[in-house]
Amino acid sequence: MYLYDEIDQKLVDERVVQFRDQTRRFLAGKLSDDEFRALRLRNGLYIQRYAPMLRIAIPYGLLSTKQLRRLAYIARKYDRGYGHFSTRQNLQLNWPKLPQAPDILAELATVQMHAIQTSGNSFRNITTDHFAGVAQDEIVDSFVWCEIIRQWSTFHPEFSYLPRKFKFAVNGAKSDRAAVAVHDIGLHALRDEKGEVGFRVLVGGGLGRTPAIGFVIREFLSWRHLLTYIEAILRVYNRYGRRDNINKARIQILVKERGPEKFREEVDAEWAHLKDGPATLVPEEIVRIESRFTRPSYLRLPATDAGLEAALASERAFANWHKRNVHPHKKAGYSAVTLSLKKTGVPPGDVTVEQMEKIADLADRYSFGELRVSHEQNLIFADVQLSDLYSLWQEVRELGFATPNVGLLTNIICCPGGDFCSLANAKSIPVAEAIQQRFDDLDYLHDIGEIDLNISGCMNACGHHHVGHIGILGVDKSGEEWYQIEVGGNQGEVRPGRGASLGKIIGPSFARAEVPDVIEKLIECYLARRDSDAERFIDVVHRIGVEPFKESVYGNADQRAAHRRGQLASA
Amino acid sequence: MATLIKERRIVADSWHLLERGPKGELPEVPVRGEVIVPLALWLARREELLSRVGTGTLGVWLDASEGPEALAGDVQRFPLIAVNFPKFGDGRGYSIARLLRERYGFKGELRAIGDVLHDHLFFMEQCGFDAFALREDQDAQEALSVFGTFSEGYQTSVLRPVPLFRRRLGASKS
Repeated sequence: MYLYDEIDQKLVDERVVQFRDQTRRFLAGKLSDDEFRALRLRNGLYIQRYAPMLRIAIPYGLLSTKQLRRLAYIARKYDRGYGHFSTRQNLQLNWPKLPQAPDILAELATVQMHAIQTSGNSFRNITTDHFAGVAQDEIVDSFVWCEIIRQWSTFHPEFSYLPRKFKFAVNGAKSDRAAVAVHDIGLHALRDEKGEVGFRVLVGGGLGRTPAIGFVIREFLSWRHLLTYIEAILRVYNRYGRRDNINKARIQILVKERGPEKFREEVDAEWAHLKDGPATLVPEEIVRIESRFTRPSYLRLPATDAGLEAALASERAFANWHKRNVHPHKKAGYSAVTLSLKKTGVPPGDVTVEQMEKIADLADRYSFGELRVSHEQNLIFADVQLSDLYSLWQEVRELGFATPNVGLLTNIICCPGGDFCSLANAKSIPVAEAIQQRFDDLDYLHDIGEIDLNISGCMNACGHHHVGHIGILGVDKSGEEWYQIEVGGNQGEVRPGRGASLGKIIGPSFARAEVPDVIEKLIECYLARRDSDAERFIDVVHRIGVEPFKESVYGNADQRAAHRRGQLASA
Repeated sequence: MATLIKERRIVADSWHLLERGPKGELPEVPVRGEVIVPLALWLARREELLSRVGTGTLGVWLDASEGPEALAGDVQRFPLIAVNFPKFGDGRGYSIARLLRERYGFKGELRAIGDVLHDHLFFMEQCGFDAFALREDQDAQEALSVFGTFSEGYQTSVLRPVPLFRRRLGASKS
């Protein structure tokens, strides 16, 4: 956990005072709706379908149990007793009242939390690998770099009114578990031949209306230059990014319109003025930030545990859970555990306050009082002893968070959709539930193997449908909810050799009730064509292309043509 | 008439802002008084206006889509440069201000004009503005309190050219 110093705390406290005054002036009629909107969004406050929605920042997804208990307290006192963990590793409350929002922010500030810049045309929460600091394939601890960028991006005076929202992701391991290629700026940590840390810098990626894979603007940027270089990128974007059309205002459009090479030249020209200036990072600052992170006091443990081995051999349900929800750890005798928030019948990412409190108790007992929120909307206990796994599993199962589906079809990423969100064209939660019900056979799920299925209720893509191996997008057709299906998306190089890609739409959209059938056909198509069960759905799509999947759903080209002729004839 | 805040005080404004006409035509420059002319006018009539600048009675204003590059070597001649905010959410002016101060060394009055609102003054000042022609409906007296909103800032800015992490290091060393 990063612990605030006096200045960090003071800034968050001053933000509460500022927003209290802004809210007061709005309620007194001194601020127009439009003017207040820009201010409240910077504090995570949306006006939603039924009530305001408050998006609370969980910087890079890292939470202490003290903070989680405070979130539970807030959700109970100011909301309806539950919260929703989002794909940006944040927590959303769906029913707060506007006049109480300053009080909620004040409550958050007491546990070093806030809702700063969780919305609006500003820097959003920095996201990263949920296994940061514990991954076996770690290059750097990405939390440290996220915190450096968090500070740089908090209340940046020059970049507080960007053309559009701006999202950073940092990956610190060999595998990309942070989806760096689909962020406005993605940073992938590397070490050069001398062991010096740097970053591959990607720019212009994003989901949303016009999804794009970021381009590599710099293969290796020394860590010292991190802030001056991103400042140069942001200055070019702030000055020249489009402000005439909200749908063309993301940095990816500027990159496209300029052309990547020209854009790089402009950034380099700007950087020439900033490079080696006062914002150049120094080793002492990295050490200072590192030292403000609390670290688990690990025990020296053997790499295996006899009790664990015995339980795995004797209890199949535990072994299934272990296979999917327990992950390797860089320290011998420890592992990381995913608490799945994807139980059938529960909206993905939703947690009640009672559950939050119980999870906090478990994290205190099993994982050094900390936990992480993953962008897949699950919770992670990062530091669990092998010898504790069996008893943790029993307790987690009791709470309903032991669904052994991490990485499997029912671990669906899903936005709140039309049930809550005023932007949505269609509901997404019932679609997720219908798919989970269709695929409720665990053996079958395990046989299908690793697959990402993502659902968004509109083209804003909060459910990351473009990078699901199967993506589902809710669309509006003359007032009715329909669903478009994509295949072939991939969030990033989680496995070597398979980089980020965007899904392709397979054809005309479907009514909600048809969606589970369509998914089943796609899965059958995959199972019939895979070389072995080591070849994942996404690998098969890339090997044989989209056409066979299309055929499995709509019939072959002749059948599709005949179908169209039939439709025309009857029209 | 908009209220002017300069160096954190409400002051009378002696400058007259000249704008383009309804068809985009450049305005006439009155013979007397302190005037702020559009960039295009300055560029079109630079030679004849040079002497006027020398008397300290001619300033120039940049629109959000314009930049200090267009003024280049002339920046330091002006007693006043204004930057227009066409809409409060348009953040280009913040970058323009920093460039004027940090790259072009402008020392004169740097004035924010246009949609200049209470809640934006803090960041504007950090970026180098020292004068604010508030939008007419703004309560200037109330706005004076806004400059103390945040007692610190992490980044480099015109007011804090050394970032917080270097100042922290300096403090811990001494």
